[in-house]
Amino acid sequence: MKAVLLLSLLFPLATATASESFKLDDAPIDTRDVESIQRGAKVFVNYCLNCHSAGAMRYNRLADLGLSATQIRDNLMFASDKLGATMSVAMRAEDAKEWFGVAPPDLSVIARSRGSDWLYTYLRSFYRDDSTATGWNNVVFPNVGMPNVLWELQGQQVQKVEGRKSGHGTEHLQKLTIAAPGTMGEREFDALTADLVNYLVFMGEPARQGRMQIGYAVLIFLGVLFVPVYLLKQDYWKEVH
Amino acid sequence: MTKAQALLNWIDERLPVTTFWKSQLSEYYAPKNFNFWYYFGSLALLVLVLQIVTGIFLTMNYKPDANQAFQSVEYIMRDVPAGWLIRYLHSTGASLFFVVVYLHMFRGLLYGSYRKPRELLWLFGVLIYLCLMAEAFFGYLLPWGQMSYWGAQVIVNLFGAIPFIGEDLAIWIRGDYVVSDATLNRFFAFHVIAIPLVLLALVAIHLVALHEVGSNNPDGVEIKDKKDAHGRPVDGIPFHPYYTVKDMVGVVVFLAVFSFIVFFTPEMGGYFLEANNFIPADPLKTPPHIAPVWYFTPYYAMLRAVPAFLGTQFWGVLVMGAAVLIFFLLPWLDRSPVKSIRYKGAYYKTALALFVVSFLILGWLGTQPTDFLGAIGKTEVAVILARLFTAVYFAFFVLMPWYSRVDKTKPVPERVRA
Repeated sequence: MKAVLLLSLLFPLATATASESFKLDDAPIDTRDVESIQRGAKVFVNYCLNCHSAGAMRYNRLADLGLSATQIRDNLMFASDKLGATMSVAMRAEDAKEWFGVAPPDLSVIARSRGSDWLYTYLRSFYRDDSTATGWNNVVFPNVGMPNVLWELQGQQVQKVEGRKSGHGTEHLQKLTIAAPGTMGEREFDALTADLVNYLVFMGEPARQGRMQIGYAVLIFLGVLFVPVYLLKQDYWKEVH
Repeated sequence: MTKAQALLNWIDERLPVTTFWKSQLSEYYAPKNFNFWYYFGSLALLVLVLQIVTGIFLTMNYKPDANQAFQSVEYIMRDVPAGWLIRYLHSTGASLFFVVVYLHMFRGLLYGSYRKPRELLWLFGVLIYLCLMAEAFFGYLLPWGQMSYWGAQVIVNLFGAIPFIGEDLAIWIRGDYVVSDATLNRFFAFHVIAIPLVLLALVAIHLVALHEVGSNNPDGVEIKDKKDAHGRPVDGIPFHPYYTVKDMVGVVVFLAVFSFIVFFTPEMGGYFLEANNFIPADPLKTPPHIAPVWYFTPYYAMLRAVPAFLGTQFWGVLVMGAAVLIFFLLPWLDRSPVKSIRYKGAYYKTALALFVVSFLILGWLGTQPTDFLGAIGKTEVAVILARLFTAVYFAFFVLMPWYSRVDKTKPVPERVRA
């Protein structure tokens, strides 16, 4: 038994990566588009923050998006009244585990572990499946515990059985079709999902935008510094033969 | 006598400041023909200082506690002023430390810097490399992400594969039956104090040894053999100011590369910060693909390439250990009459090229799951490749006494070329 465990630790063959072998859609996000991130924040607090926490994210950090304290308080704070509070949820992890089979993961850095493309594809790839507990399944994350919380907007997709190829399911999106339309059209829903993913990327690293701005300054400084440093070296070295 | 001079005299009578400055810098003679490859020693020192300084600031807010470690890193990233910068400098510094050290070691291979009289200098360098690996390994557990956790689990289990004492040894290292809070605490202690102390001592000895024998150079000619009437090497120049100003140019260029990574791509496409390490450690959930950080992947690929034999995985561990330790033997394996690659023949040049290629390919294979290239029969292609290049890696060392002796060398000039 121990030998088997050791073997599996030493040689972690990609046994569970089969589900990730299909092609992900490119998330059409622009991390500098503050309005998109603001819209995404609204979707996040309305749809995600009921079950998923973001324990590292403080509400007042939304000020980075150009929002005032009043705007944040009035539009984005439902679970807390302290601006400095982190985005927590009332649902207890034990309850969640009982209801969904797994506690919903904290989403603070989900964009950094999953990547924006995965999130964008995942959120649009739910379909009706009567065999699961929630009645929902997902092409990107088979047998996921999470139901499609955006179904009223997206409508209900079903998996088309025809033309299914065993092996690489590269045409997964074509296999999903809307059976019952929601309040949004496909393009509108895709845009909403992109906004949400854009927000998740922002939340994964709020310092991101600022760091790039500092980065330009630092590189320019070093570029300028190079000139006197190089000339100094040349000056000393002209006497070396 | 000025007041400043008087003060310096007062100090010099009590502490040999001026003597030290002269003997180690302003009258320490270095060959005048250093090229690009000679930047990386001083750059390694720079990164060492940077790691220590950023590390101290990280320690002020990091919590070595299994329940708080992951959050405390995110706390540093978000709530500590400039915390993200300190953290990225430290994480990027870790990877670039290895980049710089690998290039520094490659320089040694190019110009025979390990040859007489620099054997001890080389040995202490390899000890520094070992220490650096330990430091990186202990440090990687601290963010307490999935890769931290399972990486540590895998490496500690390697010790478990040692016959007879392995199981107990692994428990002794972890302080528990699995990697746990106890492990995190002791790894923290090793990472922030024990290993850095050893590392600093070794670096000091490395520098003392260097200044005793003097630097090698791209021609592999001893500059001390040709001295002028004042007893100064004719092909030597004082380290200060000539190499201090030259190294400053290297530092600015290096910092530009460093800054580009820190500010624009701190994850370096998952090579410096792995995506899976943004998932908190979960002892109950093994990630489908565990890969160490890039600087360990050549050895990881070797480990996976060696099949179990006589019911134990120990052989892979042995090969991996040997691959690192064999660097110690280098000064005695090289039997060439010349030091520098400039005067070595086709055999050594080919061997070194093959060695570098095998190291890079092994490194690449180590980042991938073993089945990523498919399989021939029952054996995976990636494993076959890893075996092949592991053999090439060892052949570079094992066959060196032979090919370095029969190699056709060129005559070495009396003095260094300008």
